[in-house]
Amino acid sequence: MSKVMKKIKTIKVDVDKCNGCRACELICSAYHAEPRYSSNNPERSRIRLIRKPIEDVFLPVYAGEYAPAECMGRDKYVIEGKEYGECDFCRASCPSRDAFKEPDSGLPLKCDMCEDEEEPLCVMWCLAEALTYEEREEEVEEEVMLSEMETGLKSLADKYGLQNLVDSVARMSQKE
Amino acid sequence: MRYAETGYNLEIDLSRGNIERVETDPKLTEHHLGGLGTNAKILWDRVPPEVEPFSPENLLIFSAGLLGGTPAPGANRTIVSTISPQTQLMAYSMMGGFFAPELKYAGYDKVIFRGKSPKLIYLWIHNDKVEIRDASHLQGKGAVETQELIRQELNEPKAQVAAIGLAGENRVYMASIEQGRSSASRLGVGAVMGDKGIKAIAVRGSKDINVARPAEFMELSNEVLEYIKAREEKPIPGVMPILAGLGSPQEMKIHDEKWHTENFNWGNSRTRRRDYWTKDVEEKWRKTQDNVRTRLISCYNCPMKCGATISVPGIATYMMKCFSKLTYTMAAYSDLDFGFKIAQRATEYGVDGFSTPQVMAFAVELQEAGILTEEDMAGCPSDNEGRFYWLLDRIVRREGIGDVLANGTYWAAQQIGKGAEEYAHNNIKKHEQLPLKLGMLNPVYFLMYSTGEKINITQIEGQFPQAPFPTMEEREEFVKDWIQVPDEKFKDYLLKWDFRGEYSNPYYPTVEASVDIVDWQEKMHYIDDALGMCAGLSSFPLKPPYHIHNYPAFISAALGVDMDEDGLSLATKRNRTLIRAFNVRRGLTRADEKPPENHWKKRFPELEAELLDAYYKFKGWDNQGVPTRESLEELDMAYVAEDLEQRGIIK
Ligand code: SF4
Ligand code: SF4
Ligand code: SF4
Repeated sequence: MSKVMKKIKTIKVDVDKCNGCRACELICSAYHAEPRYSSNNPERSRIRLIRKPIEDVFLPVYAGEYAPAECMGRDKYVIEGKEYGECDFCRASCPSRDAFKEPDSGLPLKCDMCEDEEEPLCVMWCLAEALTYEEREEEVEEEVMLSEMETGLKSLADKYGLQNLVDSVARMSQKE
Repeated sequence: MRYAETGYNLEIDLSRGNIERVETDPKLTEHHLGGLGTNAKILWDRVPPEVEPFSPENLLIFSAGLLGGTPAPGANRTIVSTISPQTQLMAYSMMGGFFAPELKYAGYDKVIFRGKSPKLIYLWIHNDKVEIRDASHLQGKGAVETQELIRQELNEPKAQVAAIGLAGENRVYMASIEQGRSSASRLGVGAVMGDKGIKAIAVRGSKDINVARPAEFMELSNEVLEYIKAREEKPIPGVMPILAGLGSPQEMKIHDEKWHTENFNWGNSRTRRRDYWTKDVEEKWRKTQDNVRTRLISCYNCPMKCGATISVPGIATYMMKCFSKLTYTMAAYSDLDFGFKIAQRATEYGVDGFSTPQVMAFAVELQEAGILTEEDMAGCPSDNEGRFYWLLDRIVRREGIGDVLANGTYWAAQQIGKGAEEYAHNNIKKHEQLPLKLGMLNPVYFLMYSTGEKINITQIEGQFPQAPFPTMEEREEFVKDWIQVPDEKFKDYLLKWDFRGEYSNPYYPTVEASVDIVDWQEKMHYIDDALGMCAGLSSFPLKPPYHIHNYPAFISAALGVDMDEDGLSLATKRNRTLIRAFNVRRGLTRADEKPPENHWKKRFPELEAELLDAYYKFKGWDNQGVPTRESLEELDMAYVAEDLEQRGIIK
């Protein structure tokens, strides 16, 4: 594979500034609604807030790659006296939990940095400035990015087996 | 598809253990908007005036507002309506936090309870799955504790739980409902919840809330955020710090308490301590607050930070909002450290942070006056703070004298007799008010205190400044970008308003102007309470992001109907009038519409009567405060007129 320059988009999270409002979840879900903003539902969001106010845990995490199998890690981390589970930091949509999944279909969700917007919407709506958008250029291996549909199909294939999926699609297309 | 609202209510019959999902009539939304408005309609239709607060026939309604769960920043209020055990009138309590949006995401606008459960239960709403579950193991548990226990039991860390503590279980008239960082505190809604045998309601939802015209709605929401940002950088000069910004009073953020400590009265509204706020106190209080405050926190979808997590070493962490920081402190003539400590216990018990400290201070004053005997107070520690803890425990358990005090100062005074009534000197409509005793009658505030159906001044006052600005330059500066006024005449009222002379209290603002100002402020609150909007971004602060000119667009875009300013004013007038009719039907009369006798040192009986007359007339009520048939017909509520006529209330 060849190396290319790529614009890396990142969101820096400052948990100390988060006030727990979940505006980020709400706006992300609204932005990704069809048509845009027609509905909202934090369950569809690609960012989620782990919010345990009594323990002072306020942790926004945005969705990363989809993981077909659950991992082995269930470690606990104690940071500044606060206890976090390993899954709290994990960005994967994985079989062992319902975070980062479409609530209806169970298909994985992934943060797309709000594609065509100048700045991610969650960053714009976080007036607490807990989320900051950063861009940098990096030389990376060229990789094939999966589209949202491909990720969804991949997860279905992982769940039901590729052959079953192909058969079902074939059956469905015959019916139409 | 229904927009903004879900179109469904949950009807829970606790006596029979029955659960129904009921589709609502969209016409009602157009008439009453939602939230408080439709709550009032349901109460009017289904709770006749004979029904006692602790009767199975009384309803307890948890309602999300019309905009709750939409992207409109700050639309997160849960409006709890029932009949108040303390006032016997419609109870009027709201809470922020996260409950209302979650309820909407679960697919419901309201949960309506009727009947009484034979044993303690909690309700678990998870989208279409709704269950009544046994709560006997939660009996006596704290209101904060219970929320966590239920989340663990359900294995649903994201469930939002509204719970009562021991006070609610024991039907203490000041019992609150606690939820997340908020609570519905006023008028004893927690007592009704306890009476119905409901320990808690847990809700979790993962459905969509739709808006009719998305692009428009988002633009409006973005404008609100922009405005909040700009306004944060531009505090209002010349007003006390808590009024300079947005949000509900930023008590967790600010350290400067000169205004509250020197202007509000200490004890049960007994003593004003004019020179209290010294450098030493300031230093000490700042330290206390900084030590216990872990983080400033928000309600759902709101950038303001009106609450905080509070961790006093050695005591369980809890969340505090607004003004409870000072209420216990000042009732006990103590300091902030005591206030933060006792508030933790009070929050777990689930009691109203306004009334409860006053009731306790009232007891102390009765004891000192010899009206409460040694026998009444047997076992009470002699130190001041110990006495308050002891009283709090007795009240929430309804033990001994606590059983009497648990009914609030008004009813307790009646029961105790021996001149105790003299000490219950801070009530309006049998309910404790802010502990203020001022000098000169303020005509605008006279009207709000007297006629407010909410019986809580902070939920009535708002967008018009509380006092004149000293100089013309300051006034001109203030009115310059005052886009929120419904009419230019309000600018004129403010420009003229002075501290002294012809244009000062009590004869200025004039009767007419006072009525106008009160009507505007009230209207904004009634809109908020129907939409489920936080007053802190709308009706309460000066120059807020939501106002009469942008609200119609919000409602139109959300609902997909055509709403303009007149239409919105009409709908809120309908709600205000319906609640008035409901209370009148329950026995509210003109004689009840008065602030405590010593609320202002200088009183003007004739002017006060004139103010009431003019206000009633403006509202379309007769001079007893009863809505007239004509005005009810204009509001499409002839059915209310008929009912009132049949009962002989409209003659
Ligand atoms: S919008 Fe910002 S402050 Fe609010 S929850 Fe998200 S990260 Fe935290
Ligand atoms: S960047 Fe966009 S897609 Fe990613 S979490 Fe934020 S709002 Fe969602
Ligand atoms: S302004 Fe304050 S009280 Fe109101 S919704 Fe926002 S955080 Fe909550």
